[in-house]
Amino acid sequence: MKRGATISGRPELRTSYRADMALLNSRPKRLGAGVILAAALAAPFLITDALLAIAALACAAAIGAIGLNLVSGYAGQVSLGHAFFIGAGAFTAAALTGDPGESVYGLGLQWIVAVPAAGLVAAVLGFLVSPIASRFRGLYLAIATLGLVFLGEHILDNWRSLTGGAGAGRRGVIAEIGGVRLDQPTEVAGLVLTTSQQLYLLALVLLVVLAVLARNLARSAVGRAFEAIRDRDIAAEVMGVRLGRHKMIAFTLSSFYAGVSGAVYYTVINQINPESFNLLLSVQFIAMVLIGGIATISGSIMGAFFITFLPRITRELPAIVPFLTAEPTLRDGALLTVFQLEAILYGVLIVGFLILEPRGLYGLWVRVRNYWKGWPFTY
Amino acid sequence: MSTFAQSIISGLGQGSAYAMLAVGFVIIFKSTGVISFAQPALMAAGATLVSYLVFQFGLGFPAAVAVGVLVLAGVGLGLERVALRPLVGRPVFVAAIVTLGLDTAIRAVTNRFIGPDLRPVGDPWGYDRLELGPLFLQHRYLAMIVTAAIVLAALFTFFRYSRVGLAMRATAFDQETSLAQGISVGAVFALSWALAAGLATLAGVFVAAGSGVSQGTWVVGLKALPAIVLGGLDSLPGAVVGGLAVGVVEALVQTYQPVHAPWLGGNFSLVAPYVLMLLVLLVRPYGLFGTPEIRRV
Repeated sequence: MKRGATISGRPELRTSYRADMALLNSRPKRLGAGVILAAALAAPFLITDALLAIAALACAAAIGAIGLNLVSGYAGQVSLGHAFFIGAGAFTAAALTGDPGESVYGLGLQWIVAVPAAGLVAAVLGFLVSPIASRFRGLYLAIATLGLVFLGEHILDNWRSLTGGAGAGRRGVIAEIGGVRLDQPTEVAGLVLTTSQQLYLLALVLLVVLAVLARNLARSAVGRAFEAIRDRDIAAEVMGVRLGRHKMIAFTLSSFYAGVSGAVYYTVINQINPESFNLLLSVQFIAMVLIGGIATISGSIMGAFFITFLPRITRELPAIVPFLTAEPTLRDGALLTVFQLEAILYGVLIVGFLILEPRGLYGLWVRVRNYWKGWPFTY
Repeated sequence: MSTFAQSIISGLGQGSAYAMLAVGFVIIFKSTGVISFAQPALMAAGATLVSYLVFQFGLGFPAAVAVGVLVLAGVGLGLERVALRPLVGRPVFVAAIVTLGLDTAIRAVTNRFIGPDLRPVGDPWGYDRLELGPLFLQHRYLAMIVTAAIVLAALFTFFRYSRVGLAMRATAFDQETSLAQGISVGAVFALSWALAAGLATLAGVFVAAGSGVSQGTWVVGLKALPAIVLGGLDSLPGAVVGGLAVGVVEALVQTYQPVHAPWLGGNFSLVAPYVLMLLVLLVRPYGLFGTPEIRRV
C-alpha cells in the first residue's frame, strides 16, 4: 500500500507518520474543533456581556496557562515564578499604551504594538533567568522560582514610576487599534459591538493563534526534546538533546506566553496593582495546568476557563447552600464567605485531581471518549 | 558596634523560629523526598489554635501550646494519610504540588478563624526586654532561643539514640532496604509529618508572640525555604545554621539597608533571605551542607 494512503471505513488506520502526527488526525476531531470554534465565535451574540467579560479573561488566562504548560508540563521544569512574567507583560503593555501625560510612564502606543512587545519583554526576562534556572533540578528549581516571585513583587511594589507603587497601581492596558478605542462600543459593518464583545473576540483570536502555535511546537522536534528532558533528563542528554538550550527555549517561550497573557488580561481589567503578581497567582496558574491536564494544550484552555469561571460559580452558591454568604465579611452567623470557599476549592481541587485523575479535565474527557468508542463493550 | 551586635542578637532570636520550621521541612524531605509547602499554613493554623485555646477555652499559655502542638501533630498525621500516602511512587513534584494545594486550603480555613485583625496568642512575654549593658534582648527572643535549643537537642537525641529515630534515619537512607528490614515506612512518613507539624506550631507561637497572629503570618513560614536551601535540603544541622543565618541576615539588612542602600526599596529585609538563597544556590547548588545528588540513568 502506498505510504499516506487512506482506506475508506478505516479512519484510524494511519499509514504515515505525517498522518499520525497531524493536528486534527480524525474526522470527529476536525468536526469537534470546528463546532467549538464556531460556538466560540458565536458566543458574543448569545451570552450576556458580564459573562463575555469573564470569558475574555479566561482566554487571556488560557494563554498564560499554555505558557506554563510548555515549561512545566512538557519540559517538566516546575516553575512557581509564572506570576512574575505575567506582571512583567502586564506593566510593559500598560506603559506602552498609557497616556504620556500621567504620573506613571506612558508612551501612548497602539495596542497591536504593545501586546507583542509585552510578550518580548517577558521573554527576554525569561531568557535571562533561564541560565540560572537550568542549573537547578526538581524541587530546588521550584524553590528558586519561588524566590523569583518574591523578588519580582518587591521590584514591582517599589518601581513607582512604572507601576504606581504598592496600594496605588495604575490604569490597565488601553486597547486602541488604528484610532478605534475598543473600550468603547464601536460600529463594525452596521453592527454595534459592545466593549466586552470586542475584547472577547480579540482575546479569542489571540488564544486560537497562540494555542495552535504551541500545539505545533509540541509535536515538533523541540516539543519531543522537551518531553524527553521531562521524562529522563540524563537519557535525553545521552541521545543528543541539548539540555541547557532546550530549557532556555522552554523558559523563554513560556515567559513570552505569560507576557502576552498579562497584557491581554489587563486590557479587560482596568486597573493593575503590583501586589497582584504574587505566589497566589502562580498557584492559580499551576492549578489551571493541573486541573486542565498536564502536557495538553486543550487541557490548559479547559483549566483556565474552569478556574476563571470558578468565582462566578461560587457566587451563585449562597442561594443554594445556607451557610455561605456573598458578603466580603462574615455576617448573620454565616460559616464562610464565597471568597474563602473559593480559596479552599482551589486547594481541594488541586489535591483531588492529582490524587484521583492526574490527567485532569482532559483525562475526564478521554474517559468519556473511550467509553463511547468501545460502547457497548467496556473495552 | 552595639547596633551591629544588637541586630545579630535579634536576628538569632528570630532565626531560631526559622530554624525550628526549617527542621520540620528537612524531616519531611529526608524521609519522603518531598518539600512540604504546607508548613507555613500549618504554622499559622497552630498559632491560631493556641490563640483560641487561651482566649476561648481559658487554658493557660503553656498548656495551650502543648495541646496545640499535639492537635497539629494529629492534623499532620491525617494530612499525610489522606493526601500524601496515595501519591507514594508518583513523581515528587506531584506530591510537592499537592502540599501547595493543601497549603492554600488550610490557609483559607485558618484565615476564616483569624479574622481581619491581629489575634494575640496569650504569651507572657509581650515586648519586655532584658538589658545587657548597651544591648537588650527581648524576653520572647530569649524564650525562643532556649526552646529551640531544647527542642532541637531532644530531636537530635531522638534520631541518634531511639529505635524509631533509627528507623527514620534508615528510611531516609534507603526506603526499599528499610522496608525489607521490617521498618514500617508508612509509619515513618506519618511520624515525620506529625513532627514537622508540631515544630511548625511551636515556631508559629513564637513568631506570633509579642504582636499576634494575622492573615499575613504564614509568609514568615516561607522564610524557612531559603533557610533549608542555604543549609542543604537534606541536612538537619544545615537547617539550623540556615535558619539562624536567614534571621541574622534579615536583621542586618533591616538595620543597615535603609541607611546605606535606600534604592533597594522599603521593606527590602523581607526579600533579603531570597536574594541570599539565590546567591548561595548559584555558588553551591546543593546548599552549604547538602548531599550532592548522584544521578544515574
